[in-house]
Amino acid sequence: MVDRQRLIERMRAVLGPGGVIAERNQLRTYECDGLAAFRVVPALVVLPETTEQVQGAVRVCHEEGVPFVARGSGTGLSGGALPVSDGVLIVLSRMRRILEIDYDDQRAVVEPGVINLWVTKEVAPRGYYYAPDPSSQLICSIGGNVAENSGGAHCLKYGFTTNHVTGLEIVLPDGDLVHLGGKAPDPPGYDLVGAFVGSEGTLGIATKVTLRLLRKPEAVRTLMAAFESADAAGDAVSKIIAAGIVPAAVEIMDALAMEAAEAAVHVHYPEGAGAVLIVELDGPEAECTHQFEEVERLCQEAGSTTIQIAEDDDQRALFWKGRKSAFAAVGRISPDYYVQDGVIPRTALGAVLREIADMAEERGLRVANVFHAGDGNLHPLVLYDGDVEGEEERAEELAAKILFACLALGGSITGEHGVGADKKKYMPKQFTADDLDVMQLLRCAFDPDGRCNPGKVFPTPRLCGETPGKRHVHPAEQPGLVEAV
Amino acid sequence: MREAGPTDAVDGAQPRAVVSPSSTTETAEVLRAAYEGGFRTVVRGGGSKLGLGNPPAGVDLVLSTERLGRVLEHAAGDLVVRVEAGVRLADLQAALAPAGQLLGLDPPEARATVGGVVAANASGPRRLRYGTVRDLLIGITVVLADGTVAHSGGKVVKNVAGYDLGKLFAGSLGTLGVIVEAIFRLHPAPAATAVATAEVAAPGQAGSAVRALLASALVPSAIELDWPGPDGPGTLTVLFEGIGPGVDAQAANTARLLADAGTPGARVLLDGEPGQGGEAGLGGGADRGGEATRAAAALGALPWEAGQLGVKVATGPSGLPGALATVWEVAAAHGLAARATAHAGTGVLRAGLDGGDATTLAAFVNGARERLAPAQAGLVVAEAPLEVKQGVDAWGPVGDALPLMRKVKQRFDPSGLLSPGRFVGGI
Ligand SMILES: Cc1cc2nc3c(=O)[nH]c(=O)nc-3n(C[C@H](O)[C@H](O)[C@H](O)COP(=O)(O)OP(=O)(O)OC[C@H]3O[C@@H](n4cnc5c(N)ncnc54)[C@H](O)[C@@H]3O)c2cc1C
Ligand SMILES: Cc1cc2nc3c(=O)[nH]c(=O)nc-3n(C[C@H](O)[C@H](O)[C@H](O)COP(=O)(O)OP(=O)(O)OC[C@H]3O[C@@H](n4cnc5c(N)ncnc54)[C@H](O)[C@@H]3O)c2cc1C
Repeated sequence: MVDRQRLIERMRAVLGPGGVIAERNQLRTYECDGLAAFRVVPALVVLPETTEQVQGAVRVCHEEGVPFVARGSGTGLSGGALPVSDGVLIVLSRMRRILEIDYDDQRAVVEPGVINLWVTKEVAPRGYYYAPDPSSQLICSIGGNVAENSGGAHCLKYGFTTNHVTGLEIVLPDGDLVHLGGKAPDPPGYDLVGAFVGSEGTLGIATKVTLRLLRKPEAVRTLMAAFESADAAGDAVSKIIAAGIVPAAVEIMDALAMEAAEAAVHVHYPEGAGAVLIVELDGPEAECTHQFEEVERLCQEAGSTTIQIAEDDDQRALFWKGRKSAFAAVGRISPDYYVQDGVIPRTALGAVLREIADMAEERGLRVANVFHAGDGNLHPLVLYDGDVEGEEERAEELAAKILFACLALGGSITGEHGVGADKKKYMPKQFTADDLDVMQLLRCAFDPDGRCNPGKVFPTPRLCGETPGKRHVHPAEQPGLVEAV
Repeated sequence: MREAGPTDAVDGAQPRAVVSPSSTTETAEVLRAAYEGGFRTVVRGGGSKLGLGNPPAGVDLVLSTERLGRVLEHAAGDLVVRVEAGVRLADLQAALAPAGQLLGLDPPEARATVGGVVAANASGPRRLRYGTVRDLLIGITVVLADGTVAHSGGKVVKNVAGYDLGKLFAGSLGTLGVIVEAIFRLHPAPAATAVATAEVAAPGQAGSAVRALLASALVPSAIELDWPGPDGPGTLTVLFEGIGPGVDAQAANTARLLADAGTPGARVLLDGEPGQGGEAGLGGGADRGGEATRAAAALGALPWEAGQLGVKVATGPSGLPGALATVWEVAAAHGLAARATAHAGTGVLRAGLDGGDATTLAAFVNGARERLAPAQAGLVVAEAPLEVKQGVDAWGPVGDALPLMRKVKQRFDPSGLLSPGRFVGGI
């Protein structure tokens, strides 16, 4: 066990007294992220303001043999930023500067604590935006987005965080600083930017992030179509995709999710609808107009009962507000709920919805469904009442069963919220032992001592050990090659 | 399995055997045996770019993917395809075409295999629209040096479970393991094509035109530059793909925009009836369309012949004019002629150098690299006679991440048996 007092003093020397939190009550503020079911109070919290301070803090951890966990805004939904009880939590929220905007090359360089939406706000006056738009974009940090490879409604057409990060400055678990990628395309060498994005804070701490900026599209068209069932809405999505249209976003909410969102933001969803489909197209005016008519027609063909078209940006914003507030709004219709995140091949939508409904009914629970229908990313919200004996357990069990259903259909246990502490136990259901071991080879290259966000993502940490040296057999001593192989 | 002949040599290194496994299991068995025997292995796909990278430190075995040639699953409704590594890209595009879909990768080599394209991170003009391998690869199966088989990603477009090994293997040039299977996201094939093209007199003028295009709300599939040499003009070609009325309007707007940006004489090429154009250049090059489709199919050709020196400079769009001028200057200083083409919208310049002996060509590489370094523009040798490669590093410096890259290599291939010496920093 490390000497806590000594650790505090060393950290104060690096960060100054204002950059270190050691008092128990204050530490409790950081005991969980957006997944409140897991709570651990860290030994210490540090709040660096510069890359040098991050490096200094990590180096102290390295020298003292102390584990550490990075934290951005703490909105993660898989316990990724869950602290380690004898470790240091490194909170990046004071590193909030947008360092550079390069419009000609369409890049921005930002510090990790910068809030997602700030980037778009900064560049919007010049007609640009940052594409990945998680529903939490008002509060989540770019560093957290990088770690989780976060997605958003508009990722169907434009891709996820990983498609929009071209460079990183990272502090490795031993305190070394490295620069990966940059503004220019195709940097030679391994694509370690690609390996780092989505690694959930287990490979190091990002201290600078180079982002792609996109030019705002000439036209945007949004419609909200009501259907009798989510299944029928899913059918409309299949028709749209089959017609060769790639919408900017395609989202579905079922009746229960609508009920919740209606109570919160008054979108005026059509009475009695079983589901609504939101489709947004963007791009050049002529193309957008033409394809929008087609989408409207296809929705009608699929049996849409009413179609509302956003007349202006305000109405569009309202459609999106209903969708983006759905998670929180569910709190209005249920005392407790669990946000699940699973993925299926999009064409299996109907099958999985029926299965979810059956499983929920069996357990006497309600599930509100919200999903990124274009890419098959489901967010079933399992409603329960923690005060009712046994309900929480049943809800948890149902949430797990939903993931297994996704896997059985060829999908994934997480599309955007990450594995974190929450789902590591399911990793062996999606991956073989060899798959997981090979992934850990990457971990060992970055973090041989396993001190960077330990206990996340992988069910059983691998001991990295020494890397075996060169083998001794020299090919020249092997004349019988052809026979040997 | 057969004994290797002289045509199996890899950049001057003579292997002793060529083996062509026909499944993942066989590939794993071959690699395990090679591992146990300590045999150095180089993977060969179409063999179109086996000369990429530094000459190998040595090779005992060539592992050919020619028998890993099946398209395993095309889930058209999900816009996803799963293929074996030895499938030729052109054949894959042809298999996808009937469903009106394509894989958004269009490198110039017709013989290229899926595995080779992934391993070499090959790209073409349409990278502006679809991105590169890293953006389209959603799942991968690899076999490591010791025969371990591993998967990452999967069949769904959105997936954040576990590390993304596909990214790590894209561009790894066979130094981390053998790619046996890849899963890609697909795109709908466009129904129509239109092109706007203009002559540009100087790199700076091309730069302004590209800047204006990128700052506009136009959505080109490609912005390509072709420049035979410093003494004449270059040609800027802007490609639009989509639906008829959309692309025609965009091409017309482009012509106006180019004129406003000081690039006179822009021409618009249309296919005539909307819907006539095809996915030429991606779908196997069927001659279905008119002028625009033919112009589109001609895009992206390499500015060098086999056996010449070909270099690639990745700068980003704003650095392109400067990089082009630098390449010309340094070439002239060494008495070389330089033909250049560029993916101007993404800022990737390629130049073929003509004339001069190996020493001169090597001096060009080192000189140009030095001049380009302050602008953060790396120069990579993409094609060169062996004698030239013996005098220069194909990759150039990769910065402070090299030790970390070495550690990755060390973990995945601790005995250093896969394509030894070919990659950055001698990896
Ligand atoms: C209401 C709500 C809606 C949401 N909607 C979406 C959505 O639509 N799409 C989506 O993808 N997610 C969504 N999320 C989840 C969450 O917002 C994202 O995962 C987000 O990226 C987390 O960012 P953060 O700054 O809060 O990170 P944190 O929660 O603080 O941390 C998340 C992970 O990132 C690591 N980390 C943080 N900063 C760094 C750094 N600088 N370097 C290395 N590792 C770091 C942490 O260790 C942790 O593992 C939602 C969450 C909420 C509460
Ligand atoms: C420096 C550089 C510059 C390039 N420039 C361009 C460019 O400007 N434009 C462009 O379109 N393309 C470019 N390429 C890509 C390349 O030219 C080819 O398009 C592609 O590699 C051809 O595939 P192939 O099947 O013929 O591969 P091969 O020529 O057979 O092999 C290419 C490389 O990939 C490895 N390899 C092949 N198959 C596998 C596998 N299954 N698993 C692991 N490794 C494998 C080989 O060992 C070899 O190193 C570039 C690549 C590099 C590295």
